[in-house]
Amino acid sequence: MLTRRTLGLSTAAFALAAGLSGMAPTMAQAQQKTVVEFWHGLPQPLGGQLEEVVKGFNASQDKVQVNASFKGSYPEAMQAAIAAFRAGNAPHIVQMFEVGTATMMAAGPAIKPVYQLMQETGATVDPKAYIPAVSGYYSSKDGKMMALPFNSSTNIMFYNKDAFQKAGLDPNKPPATWPELIAAAKALKASGASCPFTTSWPTWAQFEQLGAIHDTPFASQANGFGGLNAELKVNAPLYVKHVQTLVDMQKEGTFRYGGRDNKPDGLFPSGECAIIHASSGLRSRIAKEATFAWGAAPLPYWPDQIKGEPKNGIIGGAAFWVMTSPKRTPAEYKAVSEFFTYLAKPEVDAKWHMDTGYVPVTFKGFELAKAEGFYEKNPGADVPAAQLTRTPTTENTMGLRLGNLPEIRNIIQEELEKAFQGQQPVQQALDTAVQRGNVVLRNFERANKN
Amino acid sequence: MQRRVIFDNKLLPYLLLAPQVAVTLVFFIWPAAQAIWQSVHIQDAFGLRSEFVWFENFQVVLSDPNYVGTVKTTAIFSVAVTALSLGVALLLAVLADSKIKGARAYKTLLIWPYALAPAVAAVLWMFIFNPEIGSLGRLLNRLGYDWDYRLNGDQALTMVVLAASWKQVSYNFIFFLAGLQAIPRSVMEAASIDGAGPARRFWSITFPLLSPTTFFLLVVDMVYAFFETFGTIHALTQGGPGKATETLIFRVYQDGVVNNDLGGSSAQSVILMVIVIALTAVQFRFVERKVHYA
Repeated sequence: MLTRRTLGLSTAAFALAAGLSGMAPTMAQAQQKTVVEFWHGLPQPLGGQLEEVVKGFNASQDKVQVNASFKGSYPEAMQAAIAAFRAGNAPHIVQMFEVGTATMMAAGPAIKPVYQLMQETGATVDPKAYIPAVSGYYSSKDGKMMALPFNSSTNIMFYNKDAFQKAGLDPNKPPATWPELIAAAKALKASGASCPFTTSWPTWAQFEQLGAIHDTPFASQANGFGGLNAELKVNAPLYVKHVQTLVDMQKEGTFRYGGRDNKPDGLFPSGECAIIHASSGLRSRIAKEATFAWGAAPLPYWPDQIKGEPKNGIIGGAAFWVMTSPKRTPAEYKAVSEFFTYLAKPEVDAKWHMDTGYVPVTFKGFELAKAEGFYEKNPGADVPAAQLTRTPTTENTMGLRLGNLPEIRNIIQEELEKAFQGQQPVQQALDTAVQRGNVVLRNFERANKN
Repeated sequence: MQRRVIFDNKLLPYLLLAPQVAVTLVFFIWPAAQAIWQSVHIQDAFGLRSEFVWFENFQVVLSDPNYVGTVKTTAIFSVAVTALSLGVALLLAVLADSKIKGARAYKTLLIWPYALAPAVAAVLWMFIFNPEIGSLGRLLNRLGYDWDYRLNGDQALTMVVLAASWKQVSYNFIFFLAGLQAIPRSVMEAASIDGAGPARRFWSITFPLLSPTTFFLLVVDMVYAFFETFGTIHALTQGGPGKATETLIFRVYQDGVVNNDLGGSSAQSVILMVIVIALTAVQFRFVERKVHYA
């Protein structure tokens, strides 16, 4: 008994000593450096790649230590940040998905806009260095940068070249318009393909991008940029015609509904579906998993619904927001701004773009990737950036600034599913979506009025 | 007199109760009180602006046709899960309790599913039912049956009922098995000698003597179906297609966590709390009368 107790005690003492000695250097370091807490919402492998970027910054200087921690998916990271703010303990930086932008902007004193941070700390991140479709999404009405853009993506089309060949289609001429896509899908079906065409992100790809490309509003008040009193416009003729097309294609077996958000992603690399509209970020997975020749192309458009050429698509992905806390010191804000200046460097941007499949967010980053010959080695990898930059942005292609957009996306997906099930005609489905979505917008307006 | 000898100290009983009371206060009463406070306010996500609105959140929730639909879905779902998991567990327990070869192995195997987390179980079900990668899903489609739970609401509901029940069968099975083993053999033997067949013996002796267990499980399963099936639904269908598999608890999560509508979500929590309290009270008041405690 005695020996056992002595043994236990000595083990405990040893562990304690080891723990203390192990901690000592890190504590000493932490005292010298300003520590910045950074919460992100990227699962592996992207989360690890993001943490590499943070490590790169930490190694590049010796005054600031950024601690990156994974807080679950985007909505979970958002919840964690909100709860921490309510407890007076918000992280310095939180990564927020693009659909949370309006919520963050309405948060007033909870956030410190990036332009203000830069003014106060004397650092410079030039908004003009960023691709307008990217910076516009995260800017206030008068063009001031509210958050730092980082990982942005857009929707593009991936297609199976082998399946195109088999169906007698030219594998180097992907469909550029919807009538061409419909014809291609028919040919694919005739050649025995069980799923000619599917779409990931039904709301993002088939509503938000569709509106931007055709310069048609998704919501009034310049897609919500003009004020909280915006109303949805997704029951306009363009959207009705488009969804009706998808419903008809589904009936004749040329389109398959693969589920919500990014659930359908796997249908393409497995070879099941020959064409998919998906996030440009799907590229790395396809490159890893697909056992067939494939290509990437811009999203198709409706020639009869468009004036002039197709406009730029809008972005998805996330940006970095600076949060406030009663305990914050100027030194900490200074540290945050140094981190942001590092992230805005073209070489950091270009490396992140080439490693992950996200689009370059700065013009110089795009140029750098070009100069390194990335697009020659990876044909089609420049499609997302090209689609984002092909025209100057209009008020319909800047992005969306709508409160509780995640909920609106779900409402549209729900009503879409009811239309695909044949429970309701397309016009009625979209009318209901508008009506339900407007209730969400009115509630947001009410909860956030000053 | 004897009582006074044991609790001589007036303070001691309260002291002994204190930990339990503290846990109840911190983990049950406090959050419930917060939910009630939230349910009468409209607030932005960050809690910067708050407006007292009396019962407007409740009014909005209750007048929402989608909420009524969700109540219906929840009723169908809970009754189906409870009935299916009780029925299957009872059948399996009776079979495993009879004298068969390898009864021990069967018993162990039947308890296994309980050790699985709901989300993991749901992923396993997806490998069975998914139309593209699921074994059964692919087979059904190849046989010409149009199986796609992403678009067919009835198929989706059937699938989540199956997945949720399967998890609970193990739990029910353990209790039924224990209940069956507590039934005196002499009573069964006497009935056999009197010429009662297996069915008659089951309905006249086993079932009534099992009723305390059945009643307990009825309450537990109902609460399970209401609250603990969230993980299964979240991983399998996320309430879709449309709103075909959206239950009350899933909507509370969706409105509160995803949609940042704390007032509406809290109002729903309060409604849910009232429903479950009422259901349990009804069960104790009416069903328990028929229960035969040995």
